[in-house]
Amino acid sequence: MRGLAVFISDIRNCKSKEAEVKRINKELANIRSKFKGDKALDGYSKKKYVCKLLFIFLLGHDIDFGHMEAVNLLSSNKYTEKQIGYLFISVLVNSNSDLISLINNGIKNDLASRNPTFMNLALHCIANVGSREMAEAFASQIPSILVAGDTMDSVKQSAALCLLRLNRTSPDLVPMGEWTARVVHLLNDQHLGVVTAATSLITTLAQKSPEDFRTSISLAVARLSRIVTSASIDLQDYTYYFVAAPWLSVKLLRLLQCYPPPEDAALRSRLTECLETILNKAQEPPKSKKVQHSNAKNAVLFEAIALIIHHDSEPTLLVRACNQLGQFLQHRETNLRYLALESMCTLASSEFSHEAVKTHIDTVINALKTERDVSVRQRAVDLLYAMCDRSNSKQIVAEMLSYLENADYSIREEIVLKVAILAEKYAVDYTWYVDTILNLIRIAGDHVSEEVWYRVIQIVINQDDVQGYAAKTVFEALQTPACHENLLKVGGYILGEFGNLIAGDPRSSPLVQFNLLHSKFHLCSVPTRALLLSAYIKFINLFPEVKPTIQDVLRSDSQLRNADVELQQRAIEYLRLSCIASTDILATVLEEMPPFPERESSILAKLKKKKGPGKVPDMDEARWNVNGNTEHSENTEPTNKSSPPSLVADLLPTNRPRPASYSPTILSAGNMAPSHPFTDLLNMNSSPAAGASLLVDVLFVCKNNGVIFENQLLQIGLKSEYRQNLGRIYVFYGNKTSSQFLSFSSSVTSSDTLKTHILPLLRLLLTDLSLNVHTMPVDPTVEGGAQLQQILNIECLSDFSDTPVLNVQFRYGGTLQNIAVKLPVMLNKFFQPTEMTSEDFFQRWKQLGVPQQEVQTIFKAQHPMDTDVTNAKILGFGVALLSGVDPNPANFVGAGVIHTKNTQVGCLLRLEPNPQAEMYRLTLRTSRESVSQRLCDLLSEQF
Amino acid sequence: MIKSILIFNNHGKPRLIRFYQYFPEDMQQQIIRETFHLVSKRDDNVCNFLEGGSLIGGSDYKLIYRHYATLYFVFCVDSSESELGILDLIQVFVETLDKCFENVCELDLIFHMDKVHYILQEVVMGGMVLETNMNDIVAQVELQNRMEKSEGGLSAAPARAISAVKNMNLPEMPRNINIGDINIKVQSLSPF
Repeated sequence: MRGLAVFISDIRNCKSKEAEVKRINKELANIRSKFKGDKALDGYSKKKYVCKLLFIFLLGHDIDFGHMEAVNLLSSNKYTEKQIGYLFISVLVNSNSDLISLINNGIKNDLASRNPTFMNLALHCIANVGSREMAEAFASQIPSILVAGDTMDSVKQSAALCLLRLNRTSPDLVPMGEWTARVVHLLNDQHLGVVTAATSLITTLAQKSPEDFRTSISLAVARLSRIVTSASIDLQDYTYYFVAAPWLSVKLLRLLQCYPPPEDAALRSRLTECLETILNKAQEPPKSKKVQHSNAKNAVLFEAIALIIHHDSEPTLLVRACNQLGQFLQHRETNLRYLALESMCTLASSEFSHEAVKTHIDTVINALKTERDVSVRQRAVDLLYAMCDRSNSKQIVAEMLSYLENADYSIREEIVLKVAILAEKYAVDYTWYVDTILNLIRIAGDHVSEEVWYRVIQIVINQDDVQGYAAKTVFEALQTPACHENLLKVGGYILGEFGNLIAGDPRSSPLVQFNLLHSKFHLCSVPTRALLLSAYIKFINLFPEVKPTIQDVLRSDSQLRNADVELQQRAIEYLRLSCIASTDILATVLEEMPPFPERESSILAKLKKKKGPGKVPDMDEARWNVNGNTEHSENTEPTNKSSPPSLVADLLPTNRPRPASYSPTILSAGNMAPSHPFTDLLNMNSSPAAGASLLVDVLFVCKNNGVIFENQLLQIGLKSEYRQNLGRIYVFYGNKTSSQFLSFSSSVTSSDTLKTHILPLLRLLLTDLSLNVHTMPVDPTVEGGAQLQQILNIECLSDFSDTPVLNVQFRYGGTLQNIAVKLPVMLNKFFQPTEMTSEDFFQRWKQLGVPQQEVQTIFKAQHPMDTDVTNAKILGFGVALLSGVDPNPANFVGAGVIHTKNTQVGCLLRLEPNPQAEMYRLTLRTSRESVSQRLCDLLSEQF
Repeated sequence: MIKSILIFNNHGKPRLIRFYQYFPEDMQQQIIRETFHLVSKRDDNVCNFLEGGSLIGGSDYKLIYRHYATLYFVFCVDSSESELGILDLIQVFVETLDKCFENVCELDLIFHMDKVHYILQEVVMGGMVLETNMNDIVAQVELQNRMEKSEGGLSAAPARAISAVKNMNLPEMPRNINIGDINIKVQSLSPF
């Protein structure tokens, strides 16, 4: 096509962008006129113009015409014209074009043509565009092309992939049918190209309906075994640089990752043999020095390792895989080091190999320090994060911190998050935690997001023993002339709350503290200044001696007439408050912050969001909580530490973390808090469940009665009974004091997640206090030493995973007491035990064989491994304990049915203790993924 | 699956772009620029994988690329593909180009853009790996070439008689003859 070549040359000769645009516009005008012209264009010209349009499109210009001509080319009899027509369409036509029906018509003709080349073009087009209209038109036709006996191999290949594409884009339109069985048999096809395409298709389909494609396991293993063990000459063309059919091997190994290890012993050993052979081959000397050879070989090897990790059942293979990856960690090929780090990350979460992975810590740290490639360093960070546990956390955190000083800007924020999480998770003493976070802010202040510094404040507030240390440390850190603004925020907050703890030292006397903060005031942004103003008013309460100094500051024009309305308002209101309020009122208003409710770490949530689901290595989130060891302390003590009245809420800076349960009223004259976007971020709008200890979660999983809360004033006890999906809880409130509780009331709420998730699921029907069934007294009292009983009726509507919270409120000695306790209502309470025979059990076990239905965890024993205790716990969990079912008498096997209003979920469980290693392996299979997961979480905490 | 295939030169000029997921045109160009920016600043001896740019989507995607002389071949793939497998696939694609163009160079890609597309189509279809056997791919391309030649020869044939005879079996004979006619004219006029 000479015209095309000339045009391209012209463009290439253009000296400037303008000249190029001019030339292109000229050409577009020309083509447009040709297309519009009266003279019918012949196929050749159309082809040439369409080619030119494609070229112009490549250069980044919009093409808004020519589609019709391209569609016309589809009906040409000439292969070359048809071909360019299809090309134009698949490059330029998006899936919602109006031309689809015309295009479909062309495709239909070509599919029916029985000409393999044309059929291929049509199938390519469907796969490339993949629109819904096309799926509607052809989804039912393609399976028959795929499995028809007389279809050419190349067409079969295209048809398989075409079907795969349609299944991805519109899965509902691809019908399953008798063809599925025949597709599986394509794994036996003579033509390896067909097998490869079919394997891709089956892998995708098997992920959606594993049962239908279960037969593919044995075929895939057989095929793999033939490839792996054959001398490479057997496969002729599919041998790539001396490696037999590497792509097919990879695909087959991927397919096998859709399933658990084969049940059939012979098949299983054949697969193990394959995997061993692949591992062995890695040790053989290379057959070629070319990188392609090692690439192909290692592609198969990495996939085999992925399968071994997926099965997670053969300790020897896992350890071999780990050693192999360990070799790669030091390989001179950067790609292999990258992939080894990546694979090891998943390996680190397997209990069998976690220890083995840990032995490579020095290599990984070295990689972090010496790798020239940021991608590889990032993988090293990921792996360090995944392999971190209590034994090496200090080393890893220290290394990450020192790496952070020179890290690429692109990954700093993520490292900051990871360090913050590890520091919190493995903090043995909180002083180390505080030091680490302050270091983080010092090294990478700009990359420390709000979540991180909010979190350190939450923890300091919730941990009494670290408050003095924190105050001292931030005070020292603030001494540096150029400290980061984030440090100033943390410092301002902590000194405002706990500055009194270090005020005894003349070097950090109240005035020194104030001057230190205020010396930085003018260099900060508005939100920080707002926070500092709040710290100042807190100072007025903590240290009456600095009141005049602070009042002067508040009174200055730069505050009272500040251009920023928020700052101005704060200055005015704080000043006023400090002038008119009595010491008592001030002390109440500016009370120390109550502990924050437990919740998932906002940092972890942020990291998850950043990395996308599934990317954060399993970090055992269930146990994640701020105050793992705090009692229900502060706000239930009968001192004036009780929950402060509402002004506190308004006194807080707008972006300051706070429990939002106190409704702002008194100071609302200035509607100071316009909105609190940050509080939402922190999930602050939940009830103050500070006292709701996690212990309730753990202790009451397997028992129904007991005391769930006790302090000097009040004892709360429970008796509960469950039948099917209904439950009744008797709650007993005991007044331990000799005087009355006034305004006693209780309610059941849910934590913030519950609101959205559970409340519709778990219907809690609150009956009135049983003392007075009909009318709930407006102001009920509980006499000293008396007991009050309340009945809660519960109905489980669907499966759930959060725990409701019981909030109790009353007045004692003039102060309002707020108590929040988690109610031990867990999913397993709705269990009905089921007895069954060994035969039944295994039959059902097999029926629940889909990977999603099974949840398995391996964990270290927390308690002595006593058989009787374990038996009792499993019975208490609600399932029937089946004896004589498991061939190994040491194992525990149970079965039960979870009753919810709408469905019943059958559940089988198996607990395998390993006394030598002091470990358990717990496997749950239920027909519902979420149920398996929840039950597994609940039960694994028990041993 | 492969989300997109980009080929551009050392200056970021696109030489082939193929998206298997729909992006508006301006997005496509932006993706090319961003990808070039990410890839071009990397040394030649670092690894061939990097986390996908923000435009092309999410953490599940990776860019896998190779640099040959003046050209970058970049595949954007999700986690269902083997990284090393894709690297080898790029190699297969390039080797195939080399066989089809005999010592392929950037100019071949510029002037035979359509052909490069056709070769790519034999390797990747709708974002999925179609064929990895180089001999098979080359055979398919040669088959196409033969068909093209026979059709080209047909339209260029000077003697109408011959084409008429050859077209005798075709159902739409008259139109075909017409096409042949105009083709000859157009070629001799060569309006560009």
